[in-house]
Amino acid sequence: MQVNDNNFEPVIVAFCCNWCSYAGADLSGTNRLNYPTNVKIIRVPCSCRVNPMFILRAFQRGADGVIICGCHPGDCHYTSGNYYARRRITLLYSMLDFLGIERDRTRLEWVSAAEGAKFAATMESFTEQVKALGPNRRLEDLRCRKQ
Amino acid sequence: MQRIGVFVCHCGTNIAATVDVKAVAEALGHEPGVVISQDYQYMCSESGQNLVKDAIKEHNLSGIVICSCSPRMHENTFRKAAAAAGLNPYLVEIANIREQCSWIHRDIATATEKAIILGKAAVAKVHLNTPLTSMESPVVKRALVIGGGIAGIQTALDIAEAGFDVDIVEKEATIGGKMAQIDKTFPTLDCAACILTPKMVEASQNEKIHIYAFSEVEAVKGFVGNFTVKIKRKARYVDEVKCTGCGACIEKCPMKKVPNEFNMGLDNRHAVYIPFAQAVPKIATIDPNYCMMLKNGKCGLCSKVCAAGAIDYKQQDSFIEEKYGAIVVATGFNPIKLDKYDEFSYNTCPDVVTSLELERLMNAAGPNGGTLLRPSDKSHPHTIVFVQCVGSRCSDEKGKPYCSKICCMYTAKHAMLIRDKYPDTEVYVFYIDVRTPGKNFDEFYRRAVEQYNVHYIKGMVGKVTPKSDGKIDVQASDLLSNEQLHIDADMVVLAAAIEPDKTARPLATMLTTQMDTNDFFTEAHPKLRPVESATAGIFLSGACQGPKDIPETVAQGSAAAAKAIGLLCKNSITCNPCVAHSDELMCNGCSSCEKVRPYGAITYSDKEFRMPDRTIAVRRVASVNPAVCQGCGACTVACPSGAMDLSGFSNSQIMAEVDAICK
Amino acid sequence: MQEAMINRAKELMADGTVSRVIGWKRGEFAYDITPAVFETAEEIDSDFVCDDFTAANVSKYLIKESRKEGRILAFLKPCDTYSFNQLIKEHRIIRENVYVIGIPGGPKLDAEKLKARGITGILGVRNEKGTLHIDTVYGEETMPMFEAILGKCENCKSTKHVVYDELMGEEGEVIADSGRFDRVAELENMTAQQRFEFWREQLSKCIRCNACRNVCPACSCENCVFDNPDSGISNKAAADSFEENNFHIIRAFHVAGRCTDCGECSRVCPQNIPLHLLNRKFIKDINELYGEYQAGEDTTSRAPLTNYNADEDCEPSIVHERGAE
Repeated sequence: MQVNDNNFEPVIVAFCCNWCSYAGADLSGTNRLNYPTNVKIIRVPCSCRVNPMFILRAFQRGADGVIICGCHPGDCHYTSGNYYARRRITLLYSMLDFLGIERDRTRLEWVSAAEGAKFAATMESFTEQVKALGPNRRLEDLRCRKQ
Repeated sequence: MQRIGVFVCHCGTNIAATVDVKAVAEALGHEPGVVISQDYQYMCSESGQNLVKDAIKEHNLSGIVICSCSPRMHENTFRKAAAAAGLNPYLVEIANIREQCSWIHRDIATATEKAIILGKAAVAKVHLNTPLTSMESPVVKRALVIGGGIAGIQTALDIAEAGFDVDIVEKEATIGGKMAQIDKTFPTLDCAACILTPKMVEASQNEKIHIYAFSEVEAVKGFVGNFTVKIKRKARYVDEVKCTGCGACIEKCPMKKVPNEFNMGLDNRHAVYIPFAQAVPKIATIDPNYCMMLKNGKCGLCSKVCAAGAIDYKQQDSFIEEKYGAIVVATGFNPIKLDKYDEFSYNTCPDVVTSLELERLMNAAGPNGGTLLRPSDKSHPHTIVFVQCVGSRCSDEKGKPYCSKICCMYTAKHAMLIRDKYPDTEVYVFYIDVRTPGKNFDEFYRRAVEQYNVHYIKGMVGKVTPKSDGKIDVQASDLLSNEQLHIDADMVVLAAAIEPDKTARPLATMLTTQMDTNDFFTEAHPKLRPVESATAGIFLSGACQGPKDIPETVAQGSAAAAKAIGLLCKNSITCNPCVAHSDELMCNGCSSCEKVRPYGAITYSDKEFRMPDRTIAVRRVASVNPAVCQGCGACTVACPSGAMDLSGFSNSQIMAEVDAICK
Repeated sequence: MQEAMINRAKELMADGTVSRVIGWKRGEFAYDITPAVFETAEEIDSDFVCDDFTAANVSKYLIKESRKEGRILAFLKPCDTYSFNQLIKEHRIIRENVYVIGIPGGPKLDAEKLKARGITGILGVRNEKGTLHIDTVYGEETMPMFEAILGKCENCKSTKHVVYDELMGEEGEVIADSGRFDRVAELENMTAQQRFEFWREQLSKCIRCNACRNVCPACSCENCVFDNPDSGISNKAAADSFEENNFHIIRAFHVAGRCTDCGECSRVCPQNIPLHLLNRKFIKDINELYGEYQAGEDTTSRAPLTNYNADEDCEPSIVHERGAE
């Protein structure tokens, strides 16, 4: 694994809830707050829509980092969605950690519609963090390894 | 076979300056299923939309992708355009290449590359889009206004005027809010009570308006057109129906040393009280913290003198539940607490007051009957110093980062009124900037300076120290002449910043509306939808959305009313079809989804299924009420079998996006 | 015990309480045990068996069996009652159609451990004071009992039955110090690299036979996502280097908060992948983060993943704070 590869451009998938974080991302755009192009946003209605399968799929298909953004606890557009998301994502991240996937490849951040600056800063720091880790190592099937 | 059209918008130079739109259109043209890929200057314009419509017809498109601004901006525009051209509006996907690409990136090559990937993800998703049809949901023809200040009153009057029932919930014993406490209003100097109280009376007499004073919103369920609100009617210990507001109980009440909130604690009231003479509803309220009968069962005088027999010491909080189609939030503001401003000696010196306290001191119904006297020794003040921006435009923790907006004008008003009534009094105003953008505002301020000779000094007050002779030493800097000043003042008036009412935050949680970091409610769009919250059916009126003066508050109150009326006029509203649905053949009936549903949209029933071996099996399966479901998707993840999926954001659609991005 | 069970089963069938019995029957060898449904007293007499090898959890079969005509008698070991209860909670088993007799649990034996010692042609076993006497076609062999115990019985969580209509033998209790999370904790304390290598090696052994899924009482979906081409995650053979390994993670997540830790997944795995560790990791996390929760213990409580505590739940960043790097 190449850690200090300066040319490494990670693929980062960001799941953003429609009501807070996607709007926060839009706001950072409206305010012209720069963050790395590595981040690609997928709009979901709520952080509770993020199925752990999506996160695993992203890693499986070559993502180097996955970040989930939702409304702040208490501010969920659907009242409670982010609370369920918080538990699910905590357990999944813990499991990924248990499997030896670096902790720094996963993050969850609450970003409100008013926090354009926080969104940009979060994406900036997460990208840096993933970049430092290098490409994602896969839980590949050793038997499929090309010699 | 899918026939997909891709339309890349330049948005003038907003997108085209950092994203090579031609390259994006070219690249996406090679994606599977894409039969036409074009770029255009302004896709959202009439001619841009026609371009899309024509392409749909000409190429018989089965789905379209618009690479443009945020879907939060124009998704609806393009959905309508698609529908007009005969394409189901839910076969439209937006790739956000403006807010999330061109506006945040500088380098054309990488921004273009990202725009192509975002476009590919949208194309991958639209492949899996299905035509959706909206359901209709009925609208309850009744509105709730939370807060009975001038904002709430105006909103309620306007809604009632349009012929709809409207309830006002006010947490205090009377409606009227802050405006009732104000003496005169700028820039016309007419008396606040004279223009407010008729409106209060109008509200109470309008048969379409029902006022729940001394009440609070306890819980909110439901969704646009169909909210169910639980209202707590706090115990007044007085029967609202029987009380005539005669005031006999107040006269007899022996407990006379209760700080009077209405006069900002500058004088006292009785344990049983009516906040002020023109209160609406004019009903007495017993303060359980001071009433001796309620505290230790000794007294009962008020009950004896009440001819109407309205006193009820055993009264309990009660709850009512009502259905509403629309909710207007008008929770207003409060001046901030000045506990942390030791430098102004607010807590230690009674002659250092806030502007709202000054309003009461100058008010004819105030503690001094309208004569301005120092609170400490009731003497006539000869020198008064006003300090602007106390806690406003403040970068540290103590204050607020925003401008409170109203202080410059009311300070000019105060200064002018004092100089007018007491020409022997010198008035100094320390300001950072004087902000007077408003009709007749600057003229008003200039009158204070030029006609009334108020001393406006650009500079900061550093320290306010009470002296032993009763004077107050005000230490300040004059920034223009670069001098340090000491003024021997008799009174100091602090223009405290204003902040949203403390009840707003828990209310926002109940309403699932958003707030900014200062606890002001966030409007759906800062420019184009200033009186709607992002949550459908919830509207914003007055200072709960941001600092406002009275005319602005009234304007916004009426605007919120207009929006609410627009909703209430409809017999039914079109529901979002992007809701959950359960595949009965896959459903296990395990109830996991039912546990996480926020709106009660999922129910279970036993259904018969014909099995492959031709036997009939009865299984418990979930079904979703599409009119109630709001499409959060919590159930889809709770469902282990994947029977539950979300239209518009299906598992396969999101995974297709993931794949496209990670490729 | 087997004798008493047979007699009671025949009694209940004779008096019409039940029309069928689910238990176990023997295959060619003593350890070749499969769950079986018996419909007559004769079948019971000739085939019913309950011994040191009858480890299989029969709860899952009751989803289908409880929907058939008539009532069925089920003999459930303590661990099986948790699975049974969980399935009741999920509305999968029709309780009225099952007559449950609680029977004592293990420890059950692992035939593979016997075979590993070269003991073959097993006819029967006897446990005497910690020593296992094994009758084989080649004569008697002995080995220490503790070396022959089935993996899932080594860290038994409870010998208590959480549901039954009648009980045979003594009632046990919940075993607080089962040590069932020790191995998980051990892995947690390794470096990320070591954990990664451990799991990559373990999961690389998977032949995707689906035995773990098919035996799992929590994996009781009408239509499994892995068999559903529309789910986007169905796949059969290892076509690519990464595909297989997500299977177990997704499966573990699907049963998180529902898995009773019966250990069947690891018992049936032909490749000896310690699959139960994935489930136990979730259980351990749930217990530590959201309070003790034992799936199947009751039929009314809210499962941890369909529940939340607005004020007290930790943020996912807690993953950074816990355990070793």
